[in-house]
Amino acid sequence: MTSPGDSGGRETWPLWEVFIRSSRGLSHVHAGSLHAPDETMAVRNARDLYTRRAEGVSIWVVRASDITSSDPDAKGEFFESPQGKEYRHATYYKESEAVPHL
Amino acid sequence: MNHSNHVVSTAITAESIADSSVVASEAVAQYALGLGDDALVLAHQLGEWIANAPELEEDVALGNIGLDLLGHARSLLTYAGTAWDKSEDDLAYFRGEAEYRSRQLFEQPNGDFATTIARQLIASVYFVALYRALSLSADTTLAAIAAKAVKEVDYHVDHSAQWLERLGLGTDYSHERMQQGLDAMWPFVDELFRADPFAADLEGVAVDPEPLRAAFDAKVPRLIVDAGLTVPTVSPAQGGGRLGRHSESLGPMLAEMQVLARAHPGANW
Amino acid sequence: MTAVQPALPEEKSAEGSVDQRREFDRLIDADMRIEPRDWMPDAYRKTLIRQISQHAHSEIIGMQPEGNWITRAPSLKRKAILMAKVQDEAGHGLYLYSAAQTLGIDRETMFEQLVTGAAKYSSIFNYTTPTWADMGSIGWLVDGAAICNQVPLCRASYGPYGRAMTRICKEESFHQRQGFEILLELMRGTDAQKAMAQESVNRWYAPALMMFGPPDEDSPNSQRSMAWKIKRFSNDDLRQRFVDMLVPQAEVLGITLPDPDIKWNEERGHYDFGPLDWDEFYEVLAGRGQANAVRVARRKKAHEDGAWVREAARACADAQAAERMAS
Repeated sequence: MTSPGDSGGRETWPLWEVFIRSSRGLSHVHAGSLHAPDETMAVRNARDLYTRRAEGVSIWVVRASDITSSDPDAKGEFFESPQGKEYRHATYYKESEAVPHL
Repeated sequence: MNHSNHVVSTAITAESIADSSVVASEAVAQYALGLGDDALVLAHQLGEWIANAPELEEDVALGNIGLDLLGHARSLLTYAGTAWDKSEDDLAYFRGEAEYRSRQLFEQPNGDFATTIARQLIASVYFVALYRALSLSADTTLAAIAAKAVKEVDYHVDHSAQWLERLGLGTDYSHERMQQGLDAMWPFVDELFRADPFAADLEGVAVDPEPLRAAFDAKVPRLIVDAGLTVPTVSPAQGGGRLGRHSESLGPMLAEMQVLARAHPGANW
Repeated sequence: MTAVQPALPEEKSAEGSVDQRREFDRLIDADMRIEPRDWMPDAYRKTLIRQISQHAHSEIIGMQPEGNWITRAPSLKRKAILMAKVQDEAGHGLYLYSAAQTLGIDRETMFEQLVTGAAKYSSIFNYTTPTWADMGSIGWLVDGAAICNQVPLCRASYGPYGRAMTRICKEESFHQRQGFEILLELMRGTDAQKAMAQESVNRWYAPALMMFGPPDEDSPNSQRSMAWKIKRFSNDDLRQRFVDMLVPQAEVLGITLPDPDIKWNEERGHYDFGPLDWDEFYEVLAGRGQANAVRVARRKKAHEDGAWVREAARACADAQAAERMAS
């Protein structure tokens, strides 16, 4: 499945998704999208568009049509398994709650 | 939202110069005025592209370049004004065409997108060489203005070079437009590298533009050829911008720029 | 090009299965967000496309009345602020076009709808800007009204719209202030400057109030949009909130709002204000404003003049891609 918003080449320039690292130590986070003729210009357009107020120190761009996503209609099957496995979370372990440094 | 706005900045600005007690000497002010005019005239013209660019993304890109240049102009004019107790606006809005010292490249009309890119490429490569040298100036204010500017104009070179390549190699039509843009702007290259009459007595403070030509010649013709285009062989224009001699386009541009300020002399905005 | 699936795959019925409809309603009721690939009722999608693209067009057309003064801004500081603001509007239009695009409509199509008149934009931008004070009025009144409208939209039920609005609201925080300060500076200035400011506010006040749309009883689409949590407050509620904000701000400016009926109503806890001329609103909406044709023609020209540039860049990218494939 491709990214929502990809127009399938009907537009002169393809759509790109932009990911910005706001400062060192943080992940790149999706900021939005834009149009550009190629990846070189996409990074530059992203710089001009999404970092005008010093919002970023690093930029990724991905062509929207290159993104593969999970099927929203398969949410049930895809994301059911972790439900009921509370033992994966620290909060499951009540006996040790008051013990220091645990 | 996890992105932060760095509103507190240490970058030198017109405001920080005006708020400081720094005063330019007469000679430095005369020199800074010419550089400020160059940046102002070009910035003003790029402002005309906003809402008219080939794509919205490019409205934003040209806007950023224009704003960078306007920042340089404001710092340089503010600094020049300290010598005469004048503000950036006194200098920008209340001097006539003959008192403007901008070199003629910058006042050349926008033309089509290719013409603007040609003008911007030439200007940006010149600015990089100039500001790189000026960042070593013995005058610490000029050095600080140049040190901030050089990083910005470096990016402007990249922007213009990307478009030069795409228009040069794109379609037959874009190739033709780009070549015509270069041909139209090339006569004004020479003047940029002629001696600056206001730099003459400022050894170690001002930059002599003549030696900067080598850096320009090492870069721009190669970019042009790589884009499948021909380096123009047109004769240089007469020049004389630093002495107040201008093409016919500067007068109308200033008339428009200054009309409101001049209708209300002494007013604050 | 890779084979592309439209955002709304054909095999899914627009009416959706019972489960899909139930899931959509559950998300809306729980105040959760709808995301691009979720099933959504066709009318919800259409409403969003209409509203988001109209909003994007407003940003883009809205560049023109202010762009009119970039070359004549009376100080370099104001010139820089105005350039940055008009440039922001291009950015905001772009964020919104991107949000609309996740609903399966591309920017080119939206552009066509704009220039053919199939899509609307905010009528306010069909007014002209004959004086510099209009830069102040647009910032203070027009952006002020826009912000009232937009802040609740940050919580719009459609995820990409809400996210775009969050970014826009954050960036626009300076727009209203710079407009206010333009007027403040004029009101502190010469008599001619004060008159310029007052005359401009006289022209922009009522059109700004009408930006919230017709009175609730005449706004057929509002109810449904509120049920879907695209819209959170009614037109009249937002208008009242705006007037309540403006009155004390006008006092700081020393400007008179051109409505003799403005009066504090202790009982309601709000300012009363006089009726608006909705005939004028509908006239402008119908295309008979000051600059409707000019605005659209100018946008069309910029787009058409840029076609060869966009095509050149595309051709260059295609050639490079082909080269990479071959090697």
